[in-house]
Amino acid sequence: MSVQSTPKTTTMTIAEAARDALAEEMRRDPSVWALGEDLAAGGIFGTYKGLLDEFGAQRIVSTPISESMIMNVGFGAALAGTRPVIEMRILDFALCAWDELINQIAKARFMFGGQTNVPVVVRLPQGIGRGFQAAQHSQSLEAWLVHTPGLVVLAPATAADEKGLLKAAIRSDDPVVMLDPKSLFATTGEVPAGDYTIPIGEARIAREGSDLTLVTWSSLLPAVLAAAEKAGEAGISVEVIDLRSLWPWDRTRVLASAARTKRALIAHEAVRIGGFGAEIAATITEELGVPVARIGAPRIPVGYAPVLENTYRVNAEKIFAAIQKAMR
Amino acid sequence: MADRVELGVSFLRTMVRIREFEQHARIGYDAGEIPGVVHLSIGQEAVAVGVCANLAREDYVASTHRGHGHCVAKGAETGAMMAELFGKSTGTNKGKGGSMHIADFSVGMLGANGVVGGGIGIAVGAAQAARLLGKKSISVCFFGDGAVNRGPFLEGLNWSVVFKLPVLFVCEDNAFSAFTRASSTTAGKGASARAEAIGLETRSVDGNDVFAVYDAAHELIAHIREGRGPAFLYAPTYRLDGHTVFDKAPYRSSEELERKREDDPVSDLESRLREWGVAQAQVDKIHVEAREEMVRAMLSARRAPLPTEADAFLDVQNIGAPV
Ligand SMILES: Cc1ncc(C[n+]2csc(CCOP(=O)(O)OP(=O)(O)O)c2C)c(N)n1
Repeated sequence: MSVQSTPKTTTMTIAEAARDALAEEMRRDPSVWALGEDLAAGGIFGTYKGLLDEFGAQRIVSTPISESMIMNVGFGAALAGTRPVIEMRILDFALCAWDELINQIAKARFMFGGQTNVPVVVRLPQGIGRGFQAAQHSQSLEAWLVHTPGLVVLAPATAADEKGLLKAAIRSDDPVVMLDPKSLFATTGEVPAGDYTIPIGEARIAREGSDLTLVTWSSLLPAVLAAAEKAGEAGISVEVIDLRSLWPWDRTRVLASAARTKRALIAHEAVRIGGFGAEIAATITEELGVPVARIGAPRIPVGYAPVLENTYRVNAEKIFAAIQKAMR
Repeated sequence: MADRVELGVSFLRTMVRIREFEQHARIGYDAGEIPGVVHLSIGQEAVAVGVCANLAREDYVASTHRGHGHCVAKGAETGAMMAELFGKSTGTNKGKGGSMHIADFSVGMLGANGVVGGGIGIAVGAAQAARLLGKKSISVCFFGDGAVNRGPFLEGLNWSVVFKLPVLFVCEDNAFSAFTRASSTTAGKGASARAEAIGLETRSVDGNDVFAVYDAAHELIAHIREGRGPAFLYAPTYRLDGHTVFDKAPYRSSEELERKREDDPVSDLESRLREWGVAQAQVDKIHVEAREEMVRAMLSARRAPLPTEADAFLDVQNIGAPV
């Protein structure tokens, strides 16, 4: 007699998944703590809701508006034996702490000759959020981060991945940048019950297909899936790979898929020029000689008025058009 | 008084070791054996020694680009330090950091820093971690007079007061920030006034008088260890050398330099010790021993292996092999 047990799941938002991940890790390891602006109030996306009550003000630290200090205190605290989760509200404000992230955190392990690890998680929600917040609240700068040796860069797009990757990030001894999909925080998904982590560096096939490999990550995933759906109706079978992890990224899975479909398209919310899509495209071309196309935002700042923001925004229609073009 | 004499002798020993380390570093640089930039702290030894003499191994120090003195005073081994300057794989940082990033975590020295003001948050963070972990450690942050015009100075001092953290901030005012007199770029009443305005317990001392530095740091560290929050020590001193080993410092007059040489903290301490009855022979012995230590450091650094190309790919990060 064998009993087939279905794994239990719960429906929750990405923000809730993020909060659960942190709470579980803080329960598991007393050296895990979080620091950032407005954490006592739950954080701007509710990802710290209720944690102050459970963990107290020593571990859920509401800081002054001092971005470079938030980053550097987290760094120093990691050097002194704790595992800080550094909350920067959104990516754009982390630019006030770029020195601390790029010059200090990313380089420390190497520069100090391996005397220390820097087990910090830096949370940087990125991209266009609720909308119409203009150029200083909407950027996607993953290319910049992946370009920096020393950093692990994650970009989940679902609640299950958010939880599993955040937990993996907290347990990792490397500095990990978590690029959360700002616009998707309120979307729901099925999250496995209990303790689990997602392996860093492993992509997920979000949709199987045989004509075209479409690689994406973070906030663009729903638009990509909608475009792939539409393509399916038009007779084009699109395989969607949600990268989840940008450094390291899953070359094996991407190359295997592209080798099979013989065509690839990369879609990201960031500006197309100099974007991370170029790295994937170059890799596919170098390894397989398969034709690769890219879709990303024009190289313009994100404008405030809806028409301006939409001009920047990569949406399902634009992706569908790019799929059709790639198939020609 | 006997205690003071003993203390003075131990101060002298460390100050002379720092001086000799740096003089040998200069020799290594001039000979082309030290490949990179070196910032010497000759003339500033009293600050490093006076402060660090109050610290235990478990206490943390975050330093500046001019960090040899802090590193020696915190107890790092000079052979490994010299090997680091030579870029050798036996160096404190395996040849990956050099003078500007020299660090020895085994003695709580969390690194020199290539970014002015970069150590401030590190010290504050280490203090916050110590509290969270229930450790007794305190943090000391050294920085120059140039750093007080950077944002992290305000951010870090404010933060330390808000969270009442065990941090001692030490402003080593060596009169210059690189090639400019810091007084010409700092508004208002300067570093101490700013620290006081933010609410730190603050003292100013003659940074060339090692006993004055020691006593003030002693008092402030007692305040910190009692859990009464951070403190600030302002210690004016003088950089007797150029900004880097290749800076001839044309922006100051030779008269000024001559005048300042008369206030050399090492010879000042020696005269005081002689007044207190310490024999010249004992002073000479301290010099001889320090010189021998540094000659040994040079020899072993010279003989040590260089890192390999493969080493360039090590310790970048655990996850994701470098490509
Ligand atoms: C953020 C930053 N800006 C500029 C520099 C270049 N720089 C290195 S040392 C220095 C002068 C620093 O002066 P001060 O803080 O007084 O320290 P000192 O050199 O006098 O010990 C400058 C401008 C730097 N390393 N970091």
